[in-house]
Amino acid sequence: MIKTDILIIGAGPTGLFTVFEAGLLKLKCHLIDALPQPGGQCSEIYPKKPIYDIPGFPEILAGDLTKNLMEQCKQFEPGFTLGERAETIDKQEDGSFIVTTNKGTKHHAPVVAIAGGLGSFEPRKPLIENIGSFEDKGVAYFIKDPEVYRDKRVVISGGGDSALDWSIFLADVASEVTLIHRRNEFRGALDSVEKVQELKEQGKINLITPAEVINIVGHGKVEGVVVSQSQHIEKEFVVEADHFIPLFGLSPKLGPIANWGLEIEKNAIKVNNALDYQTNIPGIFAIGDVNTYPGKLKLILCGFHEATLMCQAAYQIINPGKRYVLKYTTVSGIDGFDGTRKEAPKAVVKAIN
Amino acid sequence: MEEQDVKIQITDRDGVSHEVLAPTDMAMNIMEVVRSYELAPEGTIGVCGGMAMCASCQCYVNSDHELPEKLDDEEAMLSEAFYVKDNSRLGCQIQITPELEGLKIELAPES
Repeated sequence: MIKTDILIIGAGPTGLFTVFEAGLLKLKCHLIDALPQPGGQCSEIYPKKPIYDIPGFPEILAGDLTKNLMEQCKQFEPGFTLGERAETIDKQEDGSFIVTTNKGTKHHAPVVAIAGGLGSFEPRKPLIENIGSFEDKGVAYFIKDPEVYRDKRVVISGGGDSALDWSIFLADVASEVTLIHRRNEFRGALDSVEKVQELKEQGKINLITPAEVINIVGHGKVEGVVVSQSQHIEKEFVVEADHFIPLFGLSPKLGPIANWGLEIEKNAIKVNNALDYQTNIPGIFAIGDVNTYPGKLKLILCGFHEATLMCQAAYQIINPGKRYVLKYTTVSGIDGFDGTRKEAPKAVVKAIN
Repeated sequence: MEEQDVKIQITDRDGVSHEVLAPTDMAMNIMEVVRSYELAPEGTIGVCGGMAMCASCQCYVNSDHELPEKLDDEEAMLSEAFYVKDNSRLGCQIQITPELEGLKIELAPES
């Protein structure tokens, strides 16, 4: 059981900044995120795109913002449960919560802050009628352990970075890699596109474009995929394979959080914005893009503000009646949980003779 | 109706048709117009914010207006999207201009 003061669901910019604000109040945080890395949308959807409305940064790449937020909060030693989705929440008799992920990891905290953005990212599944019956029987939407594919015949479909990168990686692992895409053009990073071209010429990747997988064949497991190719003459044929990995990106879904008894409106969690961004369940807060209230704006900068106020309320729950006044980091410096201290340099008093 | 507004007919995902006024002077695109009139639930359209990176604003153009050509981003995203037809476009890539008066579009299913 992982124990912490504030359990944050969602490791996007709002969740990461919460770690910093909580740390100033000597509260420890642990984050759960369905994605394998922190940063949320900033690292999953648009790491290379600039953001122009972060106060104090005329321009910053979303990936760099994530990096900076990680650096800013690191002395408060946040814990992470990555690649797992928060599934259930159980309120304990003492008012604290146990949150369990889809992989069974349990987290115990007196305060839960949902900073889930638009929800957890779920794979977009292609519209192939019988695909559901082959899931985990040769069809996978994520690659967790590449060793599964050693010396197997693998078909990958998709035209983005993940389709390209995994085709390149598996070319050295699998016995046969076939990449299928609806167009001749790919939208991945240029060097990935060039690498696939090179592997194709070496015969290490079998490229089929423009084409689409329209069906899966097999008895109880994938034995091949039916490919429809549209160049010159329309034709359909079967590519024999042990595995089919469609990689069509991820789309966020509110998911299990929607069943936690929270008041939901417009796919977002209603909170008390007059006070502390608490939900209808005391002890559970919702901050950032995942919440809603009159006048809500889904902006990173609003998430930072909400996180800051929420931490004050969390302090009161965790330390009832304990006195506290707001401190300025410039005045007090920052004492990390790792023993480090950051502080403003002391003024130098020296006479001029 | 303000002088700079255009009238657009939008069929939502339930098949209900709406006639809406869209301003041409606010740098808005079709996806944003749909959101401003709440014709699709929040979180199901404009997920990526309008970067042509999610296809949640895919729509079918049902009138013969001449629209700006697709750029590479849009073309690439549509090639990975589902329910794509010949008249598919990404709403976020179509700016509201006076030429769009009378445009008819239909939102593609959520995927």
